[in-house]
Amino acid sequence: MNAKRYDKLATGLLYTIAGIVVLILLLLLGFIIIRGLPQLSWSFLTTPSRAFTAGGGIGIQLFNSIYLLILTMLISMPIALGASIYLNEYAKPGKVTSIIRTMIEILSSLPSVVVGLFGFLLFVVQFGLSFSILSGALALTVFNLPLLTRSIEDALKSISNDQRNGGLALGISKWETVTKIILPAAVPSIVSGLILSAGRVFGEAAALIYTAGQSAPALNFANWNPFDIDSPLNPMRPAETLAVHIWKINSEGIMPDSSAVSAGAAAVLIIVVLIFNLLARWIGRLLFKRLTAGS
Amino acid sequence: MDKIRESILTKSHASKLERRGKIISFMCLGGICLIVLAIFIFIAYRGLATFTSDHVSIFKFLGGTKWNPEVTENGHPLVGALPMITGSFLITILATLLALPFAIGTALMMTDITPKMGTRILQPVLELLVGIPSVVYGFVGLTVVVPFMRSIFGGSGFGILAGTFVLFVMVLPTITSMTVDALKSVPKDYRSASLALGATRWQTIYKVVLRTATPGILTAIVFGMARAFGEALAVQMVVGNAALMPTSLVAPASTLTSVLTTGIGNTVLGTVQNDALWSLALILLLMSLAFNLAIHLIAKRGELKR
Repeated sequence: MNAKRYDKLATGLLYTIAGIVVLILLLLLGFIIIRGLPQLSWSFLTTPSRAFTAGGGIGIQLFNSIYLLILTMLISMPIALGASIYLNEYAKPGKVTSIIRTMIEILSSLPSVVVGLFGFLLFVVQFGLSFSILSGALALTVFNLPLLTRSIEDALKSISNDQRNGGLALGISKWETVTKIILPAAVPSIVSGLILSAGRVFGEAAALIYTAGQSAPALNFANWNPFDIDSPLNPMRPAETLAVHIWKINSEGIMPDSSAVSAGAAAVLIIVVLIFNLLARWIGRLLFKRLTAGS
Repeated sequence: MDKIRESILTKSHASKLERRGKIISFMCLGGICLIVLAIFIFIAYRGLATFTSDHVSIFKFLGGTKWNPEVTENGHPLVGALPMITGSFLITILATLLALPFAIGTALMMTDITPKMGTRILQPVLELLVGIPSVVYGFVGLTVVVPFMRSIFGGSGFGILAGTFVLFVMVLPTITSMTVDALKSVPKDYRSASLALGATRWQTIYKVVLRTATPGILTAIVFGMARAFGEALAVQMVVGNAALMPTSLVAPASTLTSVLTTGIGNTVLGTVQNDALWSLALILLLMSLAFNLAIHLIAKRGELKR
């Protein structure tokens, strides 16, 4: 009889634990949404921030985050694609391949602050790019590459070998089989991996503090010439992102309404990450439909 | 005759394309490996300068309890990294220990008790927890956890305990999802056999499933520790940033990452103060390597057992 009682007790305990975990998430989300949503307004999302007085917005930071995200994806996508094609299609199992895989694993487990410091040494100091969007995008690329490579490799791996044999049987080369048959078939899962990594990049701050910098100079949104210093598109200007902004105003504590501004900014971050998550899920379902209905 | 000979001996367009594609994709992969090597070379070069050009003894660095790089004592700067090393390890271990029962419990719910609810509720919950950016965790820690600590323990509220609670939530999804993988890899026959012998569900879980999955769960723990050890901003925002030996869990302390995030911007490249910070980064890098090594070793031992 004792064993049965233990079983019931343990089951109850497990239910409680799972309940607490769900509760933690609900409290977290609830706190951020309740505190943050009232802050959100068109003017909050578009006006520049103010360092010493209340009432500033997050316009420039939001733009910087999006611009940095796009640049990072543009740089890291082709590299990750090439690397994963080689790993999945060309690499023969052996010592060299396993060393390369270990290196990618190590890179993916490096703390993001170390990646940021490396970016500072190489891009900011060595290459002389100073604190700029370009340095930030390159550091984020380093941070993003291992995970993106792995997710694309998984996507390629999930394509059945029949497709590869079919391509080779038609007499086209391996490269053309990969680019014309395998890649198109893997697009939905590649895109869903891409979106998930975009969510990570969007919220990353530690790798950016010493690469993209912590200041957001005023921008002239009428000037779209990327070579002008006040142009939003200029990749050589320092650019504080949304996540860095939250960190900075909280650790400096000179902005009088820093708590309200960071609540609003945190809500924006969470909502964007939520949208990315839902998008990735939706695309995953699309893939499922394509695979099962075969339309 | 010549035309046929030519078409046989010269490379076709397709084979040229093949070669080019292979080379380009290999260069991408090589580039990633080059980056990894560069990270180690750059950080090691900077980090070792403390010991080579500033002549700080490595034992004094690792064992010294006073961190005050601006002050020199007996001709050597005061760069004892022990307070930060202790802080990092304390927070990492406490957060992992706190997260472990929750992670295993949640994972068991997802694999053994209610797999349906697991995939419909718990899986999305974990994905959301992973997706929340670390600065948001830091902000919530600063506005909720720190005042809470202050009201209970007095003082400022900043400290290792506050950092532990923030990191607990951050490593929870990592450990849980990897534990789920470990539990899922336990063959179903084991469970059926145990149940057929008359064991209750809990007995099956406790005596069969968890024990078979131990190597996998250990890997999950190490992964969680690696994440906790390297987390910078969320910890920096709640830990208090006082480079002192931690005497109490609720007094301001510091970690390797917190000193790095606040310090690098305030020192000049090439000075002793700066070199000492790079040495901390080197420790961080080596610890990350050590965690990786541990994961490999656990995986190897797990394989041997099978």
